[in-house]
Amino acid sequence: MPLIISRRTSDEKFREKVLELSGEEFMKCFQCGTCSGSCPMTEHLDAFPRKVMALLQLGQIDALNEINTPWVCASCHTCMVRCPRGVDITKVMEALRLTKLRQNVNHIEPSNLQPEEIIDLPQIAMVSGFRKMTS
Amino acid sequence: MKTEEVTAEVAAKLIPIYIMGKKYDVPESLTIMKAMEYAGYKYIRGCGCRGGVCGACATVYRKPGDYKIYTGLACQTVVEPEMYLTQLPFYPANRAVYDFAELEGKPEDVFELYPELFRCVACNACTKVCPMDVEVLDYISALKRGDIKAAAEISFDCIQCGLCASRCFAEMPQYHIGQLARRLNGAYLTPRAEHLKTMVANIEAERFKEGLDSLKAMDTDTLKETYQDREMEPATAGEDWAPKDNTYL
Amino acid sequence: MKLSYYPGCTLKTKAKNLEVSALAAFDALGVEYEEMQRWNCCGAVFSLADDDLIHMVAPVRDLVRAKEAGSDTVVTLCSMCYNTLARANDLMKNDKEKRNTINDFMDEEPDYAGELRVVHFLNYLRDDIGWDKVKAAVKNPLTGMKLAPYYGCTLLRPKEVAIDSPDSPVLLNEFIEALGGEITDFAHANTCCGSYQVLGNPEAALKVSYDILTDASANGADALVLTCPLCDYNLGRRQDAMLKKYEGAKDMPVLYFTQLLAVALGLPVETCHFELNRNSTIELLQSRNLLEKVPA
Repeated sequence: MPLIISRRTSDEKFREKVLELSGEEFMKCFQCGTCSGSCPMTEHLDAFPRKVMALLQLGQIDALNEINTPWVCASCHTCMVRCPRGVDITKVMEALRLTKLRQNVNHIEPSNLQPEEIIDLPQIAMVSGFRKMTS
Repeated sequence: MKTEEVTAEVAAKLIPIYIMGKKYDVPESLTIMKAMEYAGYKYIRGCGCRGGVCGACATVYRKPGDYKIYTGLACQTVVEPEMYLTQLPFYPANRAVYDFAELEGKPEDVFELYPELFRCVACNACTKVCPMDVEVLDYISALKRGDIKAAAEISFDCIQCGLCASRCFAEMPQYHIGQLARRLNGAYLTPRAEHLKTMVANIEAERFKEGLDSLKAMDTDTLKETYQDREMEPATAGEDWAPKDNTYL
Repeated sequence: MKLSYYPGCTLKTKAKNLEVSALAAFDALGVEYEEMQRWNCCGAVFSLADDDLIHMVAPVRDLVRAKEAGSDTVVTLCSMCYNTLARANDLMKNDKEKRNTINDFMDEEPDYAGELRVVHFLNYLRDDIGWDKVKAAVKNPLTGMKLAPYYGCTLLRPKEVAIDSPDSPVLLNEFIEALGGEITDFAHANTCCGSYQVLGNPEAALKVSYDILTDASANGADALVLTCPLCDYNLGRRQDAMLKKYEGAKDMPVLYFTQLLAVALGLPVETCHFELNRNSTIELLQSRNLLEKVPA
């Protein structure tokens, strides 16, 4: 995707927000791509973890708002145990999710779950799914 | 003739309370409900049985210099000086629509109707705010793990005042969920009184008709005699005692 | 050492097969434990936001319950519960400011400072019971059973709570060996099954689970060994959807490590509640004469 990187498209406040929420020094990322190589969900992502980190470093909030990566992330932590810079990428993904969720916007709607689904799902699935994807 | 005016030596002491932020001086022995009426409020909502069981008069209040939130029923709680209160006669809570006859008494019935149950974060705000000391978190936890019976038992004292729902971090309607649990428990999980069914069948089969008819036909004296001569189980009878006449057993 | 057993919300109903087999194994191995009183759901996932304390309250409350009961160790059977409780425990132990705030907030509970030890039954078996003792108690060795040890995520990551090496774990392998089984190694042993994405992105979760099962099957596994009810849903129950969607998908028996343990220890088959497993699992065990009769 063509990106226009300028003062106008780079959102400093957004970067600070993600820094605060995640507590992670994502500017340390040197784009080695180990995270992308480790992620089990890459097949289903608009942008791999490495790219997400790059976009974040450049404060590209609009581009980040378009991609599904934080919402497909399963918090498996494989990226962060292997990151050579010790960045907890899982926390960064959570922070990206929270920038939306904390605006009181749910990503999945509990009341939209089908009865057949609810009857079949184990409680652990609903508890974890709601914690990660509802506000 | 001069009538002596008798002024009560000890009038009720007046204390200040704040009703929705406005100060009123009210007699110290009154309940919040009586104090509000003393202050001139007329109840058309937020008042019901006046006896602590209907849940209409849920009240939230604070005390000076204290950050905590206190709750109580207005009809049961006596005013305190500087009490800073409001009533919460109604709090909107999602009430699922269901046909009870279609439910099966399984935990999944609850999960299906109230999926927000799984948003609970165990913050305990519900338990803290309950004016009936119901352990709300405990019954919600019980339901999450599928124990309808425990939830029904723990939520027994709930009077549906709605304060729990008003404080819920996860936006759950705890009291509606608890009520569903109690209904499911009563209809599907508590043991049936099988002997009751048998007795009703016996009555309908006219097993006792003859005995009752003969009693009805007796004159008063014979009735009194029959009553006084009846066979009674001795106080010290063992488990195996049986009456001589076992026609109606 | 007083052991407090923390079940977790799924183990009393849909994952009864994990609980009942485990508790029967506890008894057989002479492990004394007590189920935690008044426990609440731990939340299943550890909240990762730096400022988020409310989501710590649920697991911390459970640790407080264990402490109140006089325990010094909490044992869980569910890997996600293990991860959440262990990380919350570490937070209360190491982060003074957050600890104080949480204790202040939970003013109706006694204070907690991470005094307890949190374990999963697997590392409890390895460290507190020992494989030798387990081996000695085995009555039905799982000879000839090719078992693929599936670790999943939450037992191994992050390193702070990992009960084994995140990238080269051997724990489940040692467990299988102690029970006399054969190990089928496969690359996806510690790849995520999709976890909660079964709700958000079920297609993605289905595909990653399918990849795991295909890998295990291609390496000749008879069955997959699991430690977590959510993995069991993604890798077990959802196989029906996989068989419909992916041509060439094969039905793979999956079972909990505790069910294997109960079978190997010669415990009554009812403790395993195999009716909650796939039919292929029951058929496999029957064909190896590890079940005396088919459970109803």
